[in-house]
Amino acid sequence: MGERLLMKGNEVIAEAAIRAGCRHYFGYPITPQTEIAHYMAKKMPKVGGVFLQAESEVSAINMVYGAASTGKRVMTSSSSPGISLKQEGISYASGAQLPAVIVNIMRGGPGLGGIQPSQSDYFQATKGGGHGDYHLIVLAPSSVQELYELTVDAFNLADQYRMVAMILGDGVLGQMMEVVNFRDEEPIVKADKSWAASGHGMKREHNTVTSIHLDPAVLEQWNIALQDKYKTISEKEQRFELYKCDDAEIIIVAYGSVARIAKNVVQVAREEGIKVGLLRPITLWPFPTKAFEQVIDKPNAFLTVEMSSGQMLEDVMLAVKGRKPVHFTGRMGGMIPKVDDIMAKIREIRAD
Amino acid sequence: MAVVFDRPHALVDIPMHYCPGCTHGIAHRLVAEALDELDIEGRTVGVSSVGCSYNNYFYFNCDMIQAAHGRAPAVATGVKRSLPDNIVFTYQGDGDLAAIGTAEIVHAAARGENITVIFINNTIYGMTSGQMAPTTLLNQVTTTTPYGRDAKEHGNPIRVCEMLSTLKGPAYIERASLHDIKNIKKAKEAVKKAFKVQMAGKGFSLVELLSTCPTNWGLDPLESLDRVKNEMMEYYPLGVFAGKDLEV
Repeated sequence: MGERLLMKGNEVIAEAAIRAGCRHYFGYPITPQTEIAHYMAKKMPKVGGVFLQAESEVSAINMVYGAASTGKRVMTSSSSPGISLKQEGISYASGAQLPAVIVNIMRGGPGLGGIQPSQSDYFQATKGGGHGDYHLIVLAPSSVQELYELTVDAFNLADQYRMVAMILGDGVLGQMMEVVNFRDEEPIVKADKSWAASGHGMKREHNTVTSIHLDPAVLEQWNIALQDKYKTISEKEQRFELYKCDDAEIIIVAYGSVARIAKNVVQVAREEGIKVGLLRPITLWPFPTKAFEQVIDKPNAFLTVEMSSGQMLEDVMLAVKGRKPVHFTGRMGGMIPKVDDIMAKIREIRAD
Repeated sequence: MAVVFDRPHALVDIPMHYCPGCTHGIAHRLVAEALDELDIEGRTVGVSSVGCSYNNYFYFNCDMIQAAHGRAPAVATGVKRSLPDNIVFTYQGDGDLAAIGTAEIVHAAARGENITVIFINNTIYGMTSGQMAPTTLLNQVTTTTPYGRDAKEHGNPIRVCEMLSTLKGPAYIERASLHDIKNIKKAKEAVKKAFKVQMAGKGFSLVELLSTCPTNWGLDPLESLDRVKNEMMEYYPLGVFAGKDLEV
């Protein structure tokens, strides 16, 4: 049996990264994720690792780019405005096919917005974010235990597919404390790093890490290779949880901390005699379309709930393909949807 | 037959894309000679930037990383912190280093990051066809200062070596010039010393090389060399700005 500890979400992300073999962290302070940096600053020197507070988010992501280029496991973390600043580097890392883990503990936007939890960076995380045709693997934990497990998985997936993996959490998950059960040993995937720029020792041809290909025919081939990789990931890596969907007349679709609230709604609704289920995407990219194919026949309607204006809603509609009605309710700006709000929407849907 | 002159091993045997009279080729050779003479090619990782030298990873035989515009010092920091026993250098132009990358170079220098920076100052943006650089001299005509650089309108040119030498982080900063043989020899020693400073773990080193851009200056190669000597060196004096007494 591994350790069983009561820990804060942000600290668990940092601990998970270290357990996953990450020894390089570059960051810049921003609420509500700064505890990740605090934890790294304390722990990294004790495990022979590097914690460096960069002069900006832009520099932090480029330090990540440098460390990733050498083949080391590396992470940075931030919250919404800081993640916007990192987009340049994320696009370059995606273009250069570099593995790295980026954590976004979302807060309300746009602009400087606020510091309360939000899910309004869904489009940015899942549709590219920076310039160019690329994707990140986007993992959406819903508990502190999952912050741990998915952070370890993020490093493995990043290495395995040579790409950026993002943990997309929100201020609730980052700040909440829960019990986490640690494994004695992490399932670390060893990936080929023969492409890394780490000094050739006069033993091989020199390696180059780059995202520029001025010949359009070459750049197109590079893009085709990226898209082929994304296709493989879409087929193999979709993750989701189905909760009481078998007999549900309404299926809520929610991720992250909102999925926790939605689980309560399922209970409350069922006590009222309304059969409600929950479809919880765990990978936001690739979006778990397979989950919808499993449940599509039974419900009368889907209800997407988000802490945004309805961003995942578009992916839900694409997955449902017009076969059933898709409804939406949500809050913005750092406000959290309550069980009562969601129940009211469910009653409204049934009354129609 | 004894070989008295050859291509450095650290330089790949392919034609370079630089314009006739451009001094990038000389600067590349000086870096490659330093890697050869110090026998560090195998453990060196270079970081290319954005500008005319964006693809010098084709020319250097060591492992190379291409960085975003201005971010090479941050990328190099990530590399050096991951591979502390390796030798890491950036190769950056004046737009890259002194405009869009000002924060990165200042903080890498302030941290005393143990990397070497080769800084090419030709007072202009070459790759995007001759716009004003932070180092463009007053009255210099560029495509974005068609009536000449005016201090009131465009500000004054930045002296990078002088600015960075106010910090405590840098171990060695020198400005050299590539306009004649005598100065190229001095530049060679400066470049080599910068790498030796890094090898000795002394901290941040930077060599600014006054360079030409005949194409965008509208001058022929010889006139360009004269401009470096007669116009640039007045505002950008040669010399050691940090680490004067440093022995490596």
